[in-house]
Amino acid sequence: MPYNGLAHALPRAARGEWLKRHGKWLIILPPLLFLLVFFLIPFAFALVISFADTAVRVPPFTDILSVSPDWHIHLTLNLGNLKYLFTDEVYGLSYLYSLKTAFFSTLICLAIGYPMALAIARTSKSTQSILLLIIILPFWTSFLLRVYALEGIIRETGLLNSALLWLGIIDHPLQIMRTTFAVYLGIIYSYLPFMVLPLFATLEKLDNSLLEAAADLGSPPWRAFLDVTLPLSMPGIIAGSMLVFIPAIGEFVIPTLLGGPDNLMIGRVLWDEFFGNRDWPVASAVAIVFLVLLVGPIALYQHYNTKQLES
Amino acid sequence: MQNRVSPFLISILCIGVAVLYVPIFVLIGYSFNASALVSVWGGFSTTWYTQLIHNDQILDAAWLSLKIGVVVSTGSVILGTLAAISLVRFKAFRGRLLLTGMVNAPLVMPEIITGITQLLLFVSMLNLLGWPHRGFTTIVIAHIAFCSAYVTITVQSRLASADRSLEEAAMDLGSGPVRAFIDTTLPSIAPALGSSWLLSFTLSLDDLVISSFVSGPGASTLPMVIFSKVKLGVSPDVNALASLIICLVGAGVLLAGYLMRRSEQQRVRDAQMAER
Repeated sequence: MPYNGLAHALPRAARGEWLKRHGKWLIILPPLLFLLVFFLIPFAFALVISFADTAVRVPPFTDILSVSPDWHIHLTLNLGNLKYLFTDEVYGLSYLYSLKTAFFSTLICLAIGYPMALAIARTSKSTQSILLLIIILPFWTSFLLRVYALEGIIRETGLLNSALLWLGIIDHPLQIMRTTFAVYLGIIYSYLPFMVLPLFATLEKLDNSLLEAAADLGSPPWRAFLDVTLPLSMPGIIAGSMLVFIPAIGEFVIPTLLGGPDNLMIGRVLWDEFFGNRDWPVASAVAIVFLVLLVGPIALYQHYNTKQLES
Repeated sequence: MQNRVSPFLISILCIGVAVLYVPIFVLIGYSFNASALVSVWGGFSTTWYTQLIHNDQILDAAWLSLKIGVVVSTGSVILGTLAAISLVRFKAFRGRLLLTGMVNAPLVMPEIITGITQLLLFVSMLNLLGWPHRGFTTIVIAHIAFCSAYVTITVQSRLASADRSLEEAAMDLGSGPVRAFIDTTLPSIAPALGSSWLLSFTLSLDDLVISSFVSGPGASTLPMVIFSKVKLGVSPDVNALASLIICLVGAGVLLAGYLMRRSEQQRVRDAQMAER
């Protein structure tokens, strides 16, 4: 049936041509559209709702756009929320407090994580995989439960105080829970693996012959470290620091469970505004201002991350 | 360099690992404490574990979290892998930068921001379209949005290093591009798919903040129930529940890791045999 075959061949060839040219969109579009609708566009909604006013209804805010019966469209923008953020000093102070807490926890994580990553990178390949597993495993288990486990150690009748009392180092239990120290401890404890892993990834790739050359030329080990290892591991330092710093600013669980009333981080303020005061527009405004502050660090992280993935 | 790890580095490594693990082991130890007072050791007992079985609130929450976890990790692996293929195989397309950004941002975005923005979207959608109702559906969608990012990052690096010569050979022999991909490259990235499924599952099972925002009345996940209990302080039944979850997840991850490594070694051996 030659004739029949020819009749079918044409549209099939055309279909093949269409698939060849546009088929890739069948792969690209599902994730692109999903993330667009459910990750990116929500920010636009938050921006719009930050200009609304609270209202006693479901959902608890007024409409920005309304259409009157005579088909006039009304745009009602309420700048009160933004003004409120900049005049009520609770918000400014908690932004600053969150930045400070995240900054110092990141520094301490780096100070602990760098030697750990370096030690892992300098062991043999088989030891490396075991050590990495030990570092990664806590990350796979529950974050919330690990914070809870930490509470068991540092509370007034916890293991740490019992041990110190028994050793006779202190004569009455230390108050660690509900202090700033507990918040730092919680953040460092929870985020340490995020610092170690990217650092290890860069330190592992480091060319050892450079260090040997430095040693041959008379550099003491600390000098070789400062001149060779440290600058070459900069991408890892930045990636690790951002992976700790950015989520730590917005941390909610740790200051709530371990911190006291003074540890007013922005995540807690936002949560209370939302669930406590049920003021959704102000909560949206807090989130939007917060996001604007994060654009810089996130862009820095993206830049180094894509560079590392492409190399 | 092999044997030149200084004692200083070793000791920091040991302290760091101890800090990571001591609280977990202490928690597990205390979960077998017979005394209801969490600070007093009253002998070995499994009372708190048997009490869990009769706690309907916890069982319901655990069942909901497991259902969500399975749907989320399956959805995330599909979407995340498609995104990884797009980024690795199609070098230039409109929206590439956008996709790269949307895949990387969820990894660092504070959960509290993601949670509140997604809730506002869901509420507005419900108002305009009558869908989705807050609960199972919204939690699943919100979790997939951040879990698929982790999948993409994992699969992306694996896919970039995968050997394409087999796939090209299959296409030369007349396979279509999709068929060739499924027959040759897919098996070689299977371990990455497996581990990212597991990672999505544990991330979903653990999420508190995003779930709290997007969930509705009556849909409390396990972390939400645990959090409301933990806010009141340390309690023996949470100790038991927490130990159970940590041990189950830890054992699951180790087992899966072992199985994946074995199948990977098998594959490498097969490939070497084939080359001979």
